[in-house]
Amino acid sequence: MTETISKPRSFQEIILRLQNYWAGKGCAVMQPYDMEVGAGTFHPATTLRSLGSRPWAAAYVQPSRRPTDGRYGENPNRLQHYYQYQVLIKPSPPNLQELYLGSLAAIGIDMDMHDIRFVEDDWESPTLGAWGLGWEVWCDGMEVSQFTYFQQVGGHDCTPVSGELTYGLERLAMYILGVDHVMDMPFNDPDGTIALSYGDVFKQTEEEYARWNFDVANTDVLLKQFEEAEAECEKILAQEHMDPKTGKRIIMAHPAYDQCIKASHLFNLLDARGVISVTERQAYIGRVRALAKQCADAFVLTTAGGYDATAEAGA
Amino acid sequence: MTVNPPPQTALHPRKVNDMPDLLIELFSEEIPARMQGKAAEDLKKRITDGLVDAGLTYAGAAAFSTPRRLTLALEGLLAESPTVREERKGPKVGAPEKAIEGFLRGAGLTMDQLEERDTPKGAVYFATIEKPGRPAAEIIAEVLEATIRNFPWPKSMRWGAGALRWVRPLHSILCILTNEAGEAEVVDLDIDGIKSGNTTEGHRFMGSGRFAVTSFDDYAVKLKRDHVVLDPAERADAIWQDATNQAFASGLEVVEDQGLLREVAGLVEWPVVLMGAIDEEFLELPAEVLQTSMKEHQKFFSVKNPKTGRIEKFITVANRETKDQGATILAGNQKVLSARLADAKFFWTNDLRVAKSGMEAWTDQLSNVTFHNKLGTQAARIDRITALSRDIAPVLGVDADLAEQAARVAKADLSSEMVYEFPELQGLMGRYYAEAAGLPSDVAAACEEHYSPLGPSDDVPTAPVSATVALADKIDTLTGFWAIDEKPTGSKDPYALRRAALGVIRLVLENGVRASLVEVFGKGYEGADAADLLSFFHDRLKVYLKDEGLRHDVIDACLSMPGNDDLTLLVKRARALGAFLKTDDGENLLQGYKRANNILTQAEDKDGVEYSFGADVKFAETDEEKALFAALDQAAAAIAPAMQGEDFEAAMSAMAALRAPIDAFFEGVQVNSDNEIVRRNRLNLLSRIRQICGGVADLTRVEG
Repeated sequence: MTETISKPRSFQEIILRLQNYWAGKGCAVMQPYDMEVGAGTFHPATTLRSLGSRPWAAAYVQPSRRPTDGRYGENPNRLQHYYQYQVLIKPSPPNLQELYLGSLAAIGIDMDMHDIRFVEDDWESPTLGAWGLGWEVWCDGMEVSQFTYFQQVGGHDCTPVSGELTYGLERLAMYILGVDHVMDMPFNDPDGTIALSYGDVFKQTEEEYARWNFDVANTDVLLKQFEEAEAECEKILAQEHMDPKTGKRIIMAHPAYDQCIKASHLFNLLDARGVISVTERQAYIGRVRALAKQCADAFVLTTAGGYDATAEAGA
Repeated sequence: MTVNPPPQTALHPRKVNDMPDLLIELFSEEIPARMQGKAAEDLKKRITDGLVDAGLTYAGAAAFSTPRRLTLALEGLLAESPTVREERKGPKVGAPEKAIEGFLRGAGLTMDQLEERDTPKGAVYFATIEKPGRPAAEIIAEVLEATIRNFPWPKSMRWGAGALRWVRPLHSILCILTNEAGEAEVVDLDIDGIKSGNTTEGHRFMGSGRFAVTSFDDYAVKLKRDHVVLDPAERADAIWQDATNQAFASGLEVVEDQGLLREVAGLVEWPVVLMGAIDEEFLELPAEVLQTSMKEHQKFFSVKNPKTGRIEKFITVANRETKDQGATILAGNQKVLSARLADAKFFWTNDLRVAKSGMEAWTDQLSNVTFHNKLGTQAARIDRITALSRDIAPVLGVDADLAEQAARVAKADLSSEMVYEFPELQGLMGRYYAEAAGLPSDVAAACEEHYSPLGPSDDVPTAPVSATVALADKIDTLTGFWAIDEKPTGSKDPYALRRAALGVIRLVLENGVRASLVEVFGKGYEGADAADLLSFFHDRLKVYLKDEGLRHDVIDACLSMPGNDDLTLLVKRARALGAFLKTDDGENLLQGYKRANNILTQAEDKDGVEYSFGADVKFAETDEEKALFAALDQAAAAIAPAMQGEDFEAAMSAMAALRAPIDAFFEGVQVNSDNEIVRRNRLNLLSRIRQICGGVADLTRVEG
């Protein structure tokens, strides 16, 4: 690591550099999914595309929401809305660790001065019926990424295995930019005419959402919406594969999965409102997982999921 | 002339000093620290077992691990497995062709290789099967491949498009045999595209790329040059040495934690110890919170000021050297710690606010939390424990109101933010919060101590309020799960009910609690089968007392006595009886008692009556008989008040005085006299022995 790379100066510059780096490594740079999700993994570009045999390489930013983590914008690094950067490559290349370390260098982490460590962290998403083995990556004792080899998603074995990288962007950026409080972090060019800090952009929304998440969200409405999303997901998947209008085989894995994502987020909101008991919690998680599994079952019957129409026709 | 069979080496002449060394390294992505030690041992065991099974013995073996490699070094291996000869007896000469064919097939030989020998039963075919020795490399390749494919990782994974499983992606296999001339030969193998070779690499960041090695010594030296300390024990020692030195230089001491040390040694190949200060604003947090947060999240050691007992600094172990002597790394770690502790402080501050306002927010919240779907919410559980605590309180000499107050808040901290974040701090936080709320110190102590004892070696609370709530908590759990019929079965005990029962036993015994358990059960969760639960307790008690050397039959002898649900009394009796039976008098008295009992039982069976009273000294014919009468009177007079006062030792020693008269009686007196009156009188006399001894313990239950 002799080449010295200039330090980025803002939150967005770090994102841009990651985009460029992974684009340069052959990933399709995608856009955030347009729904409320708890983590970048929920984006169908990860969850669904990690299934089936077709190769895949994608990178994207995903705004993520964790209602219980809200701190009214006061905690230096806890937010109920934050950004993850997500990379998924299938099959996982043998040099994925090196590629990953290259991305850290690209955003200005000098490997000669820092202590980078791969610390065991087995990833499991009970709501997605997914698990994998890997690490949390530490830079000077701080978790900067999650690195996972997917073994199972939606109850399906991953063959081939996808390698997933998730960067917690705020924390990583704060570290690189030397900022102690997330709200003080430069969002855009700090020397520009309208320099905005992260706080300028998000301090107020953190307060608003924290209040809503913790104390105001109407739990009856949320509960009802949960039930509706669940019912809709199942209804979508119960449709005939053959679309009567077009005469085409159209399995609606993605629209169904949208409802699964919705249910998952509604569950998170209910959890933040403290109305879900320990035993109920397991039951809710089980219900979302059941949806995720059905969506995965549906996806592997689609072309993107590796379904081969000619093989089917021949049989 | 007889010739001894030649030694095996002579069959296969080779260089005398040809005993090669074997070096294996499995190089992978980072292996979880907690798995490394066992994996190195498993590698050693599986490889050496496999080689020895194939006839390859060796002089010495050592296994090592780092985050990225498992290494095995074997010294003085046989270069070839020995030839094995086996002689097999076959069918008779002239046996049916099929039998001979079958024999040839089994032996892998042809007809002309068989030998005919005369035996007492006639001519018989013999086959000599020779399994030639195989070169070490061939055997090693097989054993190593089998080892890799069947390695007992607690969790393993696939990667890429392959099917091979390893703990994390396996990148390279180094496998060489080095002869005594120092020449190395690669043992060829190819596992799903990973070909063995003679190269490895050093530290991920401080190394100089791949390099070849020719022997273990060469390997270890080159690794060190490339900043890898191969031996985990050496890394741990270096870390501990350096950590304690740095702390000592500041007048501080490192809080010892062997588990953490092992783990940290498994996270680095080139340990560099760095000590940093904890931000002043966090020093007010309880020491346990600092310690737990630093250990769980950051794998930091805590550094204590021995004068104040406060934790003031931390030790982190980096995996590399830097130009700035770790300044950047330390600053980064410090920043992460501050963020973590800011979280802890946020919890602490919020929690203190709730605590000081009376904890009602917490206790209210517990009514939303299910304890068990058939046993209701945590709040309902606390109501029951509170009521039970009031009931038990007088037995432990505790004021019922105080017990109620303690039980009411004992589990309030389960709703606190700190315990949500660090479940291992439950109870301890309860104490802090109760103190902050200004509750009596007995109540605060009960918050922490009522979970105890958690295991057989855990301390038992002796503070009366703590012991009261601890008992109520456990008895509520036991009666509750008994009532809904969720008892432990075989190895399944998901609610740790055995542990709870042992907890009650230890609480009762170590505090000398006197109470009828059956009565206490009656005040617990409604609907529990008290007799069944009591017998569960008796089983646990036997296991517990076995450890102190009390035999199960001695306990059985006491279990059949009245008051067997008063564990303190029961154990007191059992201990006294156990001690008594270990004495000579005890042993002999037991024999005398059994003899008397046998004679009586037989006579009662035969006569169809029970001999239970009416023995009269006036029908006594011999001195021995008279002496026994006198001794029994004396013993009865001594035993009755002793039993009344639960002085089992005194009762036992009064029984001991019966030994000589009983022995003398059986020596000199024939019970079955021709005179029916005398006989009956003697039988009634024997029944007095049974009755008097039986009042102390049921000696028929004692074996031997």
